Amino acid sequence: MTTTVQTTPASGPRFSGIKIRNGALVSLANFFLLIGVLLAAIPFIYMISASFKPQNEIFTFPVQIIPKEPFFDNYTTLFGETLYLRWFLNTAIVAVGRTTLSLFLCMLAGFAFAKYDFPFRRVLFVMVLASFTLPFEVVLIPLYTMMVRLGWLNTYWVLIVPFAASAFGIFLARQYALALPTELMEAARIDGSSELGIFFRIAIPNLRPALAVMGIIFFQSSWNDFLWPLIVLNDSTMYVINLALPTLRGPYNDQYGLVLGGAVIAVIPIIIIFFAMQRYFIEGIMAGALKG
Amino acid sequence: MASSSEFSPTGRRYAPGTPTGFRLWWHRHRLTIIPYFYIAPFFILFAIFLAWPVVRSFYLSFHKQQGISTPSFIGLDNYFNLVADPRFKQSLLNTTVYALGSLFVQIPLAFILAAVVNSKLVPWANAKSFYRLSYFVPLLTSAVIASLMFSILYDYNSGLINSYLVGLFGEEAKVGWVRNASVVKVSIILLLVWRFTGINSLYFVAGLQNIPKELEEAASIDGANWWQVLTGITIPLMRPVILFVTVTAINGSYQIFAEPYLLTGGGPRDQSLSIVQYLYNTGFSYFNLGYASAIGYTLVTIIVILAILNLRFFGAFREDQ
Repeated sequence: MTTTVQTTPASGPRFSGIKIRNGALVSLANFFLLIGVLLAAIPFIYMISASFKPQNEIFTFPVQIIPKEPFFDNYTTLFGETLYLRWFLNTAIVAVGRTTLSLFLCMLAGFAFAKYDFPFRRVLFVMVLASFTLPFEVVLIPLYTMMVRLGWLNTYWVLIVPFAASAFGIFLARQYALALPTELMEAARIDGSSELGIFFRIAIPNLRPALAVMGIIFFQSSWNDFLWPLIVLNDSTMYVINLALPTLRGPYNDQYGLVLGGAVIAVIPIIIIFFAMQRYFIEGIMAGALKG
Repeated sequence: MASSSEFSPTGRRYAPGTPTGFRLWWHRHRLTIIPYFYIAPFFILFAIFLAWPVVRSFYLSFHKQQGISTPSFIGLDNYFNLVADPRFKQSLLNTTVYALGSLFVQIPLAFILAAVVNSKLVPWANAKSFYRLSYFVPLLTSAVIASLMFSILYDYNSGLINSYLVGLFGEEAKVGWVRNASVVKVSIILLLVWRFTGINSLYFVAGLQNIPKELEEAASIDGANWWQVLTGITIPLMRPVILFVTVTAINGSYQIFAEPYLLTGGGPRDQSLSIVQYLYNTGFSYFNLGYASAIGYTLVTIIVILAILNLRFFGAFREDQ
């Protein structure tokens, strides 16, 4: 970041003529960038502010960002009269469950692909990578039929297990595991460590950043999932938040306060992760570009 | 492939007390056998929940299956019906418009934002990080939450946007964001621009930071203007990032579901119906499983063809990436 500002426009005689014009340009550019920031933030701020307003105040114009007096009924109704707490727990159980399972599957397999040589290694890996390109919607119909047969509809299993074997996850895990020094593993072997011991005592501790990055990706994608829960859940006690939020609008699609309160709480875990693990969060998002 | 003896502890094989029989065999081959145990859990789930359904879906797309009836083979009929199906054609058109929106609105906008933030127009390092951080804000929401937020902003009578339009231009300026058939696609593209411009911009910033500053500076000292630097140096060097962003954006656009589903339900008059929503309706409202599978495979075909076109367009085959 520091390298990007090393050149000042006035450094050479060549640029001295441009310098004054640059001053105006800099202000103009930053003005538009700030408008962009505002546009990015407005829906967010509006959501938080409206969740503390009674129904009839949400739509008053001009908008008051800070409500006249804070109104907590949306939140008390949410926890008192709806199943919100249950939905939140469902979402959390599913997200933690799927993240743990995915991490286990992908780390173990990614480690094997990176650090062992075995027949069919390339073929198997390319097969997983090829599944990347497939839109997952193509499996919805047979997968749904399978879930019906297994009797998994309206259970946690149906949300945790089917998408745990993540192709992107194994790709990332392998990428990170490749960086592990092989000498470390050799040394452990000579010291009499078992292969599983190498995985748990050498690979896992050294790959903690990878675990964080992948964990965030898995957690967020599970937390934000919508289409699959929509298909496999119809019992409202088993709903996840994303499925429940639209139903909070009520029969006339007008109880926005409740919806927004629910949305604010649903975003909090993601915001906490973002601020607590910013480096890994950003790395995870940028990891997508690794493929390119 | 490495031979297993290379890994066994040196010299121990011939010493007295060397393991024999199964233990000797295991000792020699464990390094090629153990990895299969490591990848097995992944591949078992992969085979059951991904590979098999992919094959099964292909099979179903050549069959007629209504609900839980047994599939009956009908050859290519599902695909022929799709070609003639006005609702499918409408959903294909809508989804293509979403993709074009990402291509010609979102990506250029993201590129300009990234180029400006990365240039001398933002001379302060703190400001650079602030802008980049603010790009993350929309990413913290899910598609569902973003759609619900926008459905309130888009409200016809009292939504924020229409309130401002009325305040500025009077009652006639109201826009039926989610109820006017000729506007809904724009409303959805705006939502997508809000949600994804930031992330694409981040990818571009990362790419721009990898371009050696000396190259651009040398060119401008040689008398190239900013446009020549941009088209002659920056964009060619950014090709891999642009390719990645384009492929991802097109991919994502063709798989869009939650936004139109929650904002408009696909209406009015199917004007915002997406391909995936049509698949969902066909499969899970009408239980026409064979036909829905055919929609799925058509989507696969479209996405694969577009990805290949993209790779060709950006000349990715010339390099070994």
